[in-house]
Amino acid sequence: MAIIETKNIHGGYGGMNILNGVNMSIEQGEVGVIIGANGAGKSTSLKAIFGLLNVTEGAIELNGENITNQAPHLLVEMGMAFVPQEKNVFVSMTVEENLEMGAFLRKDNFKSTLDSVYHYFPDLKDKRYQPAGELSGGQRQMVAMGRALMIEPKVLLLDEPTAGLSPLYMNEIFDRVVAINKEGVGILMVEQNAKQALAIAHKGFVLAAGRNRFTDTGENLLNDPEVAKSFLGG
Amino acid sequence: MNELVFFINKVLISGAVIGSIYAMGAIGVTLIFSILRFAHFAHGDLMTTGAFVTLFLTAMFPEAGHAVGLPTAFVMMPFAMVITSFLAIGLDKAFYKPLREANVKPVVMVMASIGVTLMLQGVVRIFFGTSSRNLFVDDRKEIFRLELPWELASRKIIITEPQVLLFVFTIVAVVALHYFLTRSRLGKAMRATSDNADLARISGINTKTVVTVTWVIAGCLATAAGTLLSLDVALKPDLSFQILLPIFAAAIVGGVGHPYGAVIGGFVVGFAETLAVFNWAILLRPLEKAYEWDLPSNLALVPTEYKITVPFFILIAILVLKPTGILKGQVL
Repeated sequence: MAIIETKNIHGGYGGMNILNGVNMSIEQGEVGVIIGANGAGKSTSLKAIFGLLNVTEGAIELNGENITNQAPHLLVEMGMAFVPQEKNVFVSMTVEENLEMGAFLRKDNFKSTLDSVYHYFPDLKDKRYQPAGELSGGQRQMVAMGRALMIEPKVLLLDEPTAGLSPLYMNEIFDRVVAINKEGVGILMVEQNAKQALAIAHKGFVLAAGRNRFTDTGENLLNDPEVAKSFLGG
Repeated sequence: MNELVFFINKVLISGAVIGSIYAMGAIGVTLIFSILRFAHFAHGDLMTTGAFVTLFLTAMFPEAGHAVGLPTAFVMMPFAMVITSFLAIGLDKAFYKPLREANVKPVVMVMASIGVTLMLQGVVRIFFGTSSRNLFVDDRKEIFRLELPWELASRKIIITEPQVLLFVFTIVAVVALHYFLTRSRLGKAMRATSDNADLARISGINTKTVVTVTWVIAGCLATAAGTLLSLDVALKPDLSFQILLPIFAAAIVGGVGHPYGAVIGGFVVGFAETLAVFNWAILLRPLEKAYEWDLPSNLALVPTEYKITVPFFILIAILVLKPTGILKGQVL
């Protein structure tokens, strides 16, 4: 059974719909990558899944359970975490406090999770008492991903995690995504670096004008001449 | 030496008293701003209302203070804090929450809070009348006169019991708030919400709880400030209008959204007021003879009746020179 599945979802921010029928599905422990041109509804799809946007038609399921238009904090409790593209850290709070906020809903001791986040992102351990606002873009992205991991999610939604990062950090983030996925966390991410992202993807979804244009495995999409021509820059 | 004692009484003690009151009010204003994103103009009236709740409880149980040897009003204050907090949450539910859920602009919230101001003033007058009240219903205000060990100082340092209670309470409240915001889960959630409300929601923080806690803290501090100020002087229904401007000045001077800034701003405005109305001629008098000056009898920078212009001036100065405040806050 799919861990996360969207069935023909429509929705927008009031006014015209941005999503006009998006179908996506990833299995437990898979990486799904959403690519497409600007304004195709990539980020909007993620926001719709996370209940930040009114879905007017279609259904979203988490482990077979209907979660359409569910409040974000309930989704967090159900094991879903979301890393927005921008403003994704608490700038006035220290790195460790940022991570603690990710574990806000956990009543148990989250010390071991904290250690595992520091294990994924060793840079953060050195900076844990520094305000997140003082970190570089790449380190902030790590804090943001770390924050999301603190709930020990089953599914992690990432909105353009490498946007605006240097190639060095970009590779590092991709490596981390693969490492997190190896631990069994399902990942659904929006990416601009389509080639690199599809290379690590089990499933790829190419969106255009708010609906699926191509849906296949990452490998097949990479090798599809039509996808390559329009979306991978030849 | 007597001149120095006079300075201590008129500037240091008075400034610390009024500074503490401003600080507690400004913390509330700044917290409400950082969580709810609007300037809460009804804050002065929350103070007055809190003080009147204390008066009501004190009148109900006038003997309560004797048992512990403190002013009855001070003993009743914690209960008034609880009641006023519920009142503040009720005001939020009735007036601010519907607007917030309709996603109105902040200026609409500000207007609503001015409406709440007028309403609270009316309600207080309906129940307690318009005259000035004394919070010492069945007990007397104790005044401590501290003698200085030097022979030249024949004047005494005068400090009243409510002033001592005020200093102690302010210190305890600020330290408690510091630990709450930096150590507790809920306090950190409050800072997170203030920093980035969307991300707080995404992290699973229930922002409704955070809003409630904000009103509780603001309501408690407002009640304490209103009560302790009224214990020191007198309780008047129009107290809030005189105190609203200095409180906002304090919050902005300190940096809006910074609780510590609010404390600093409160004392800056408080001391600025007392220094401005202090008659400097008294302090310079010993030099008068030595240098054969001809000093006028009154050398205050601002006449006492115009004290309210001081926070106005500070407010304008800080907005022109450093709009973010002493600690870097948001620009209103």
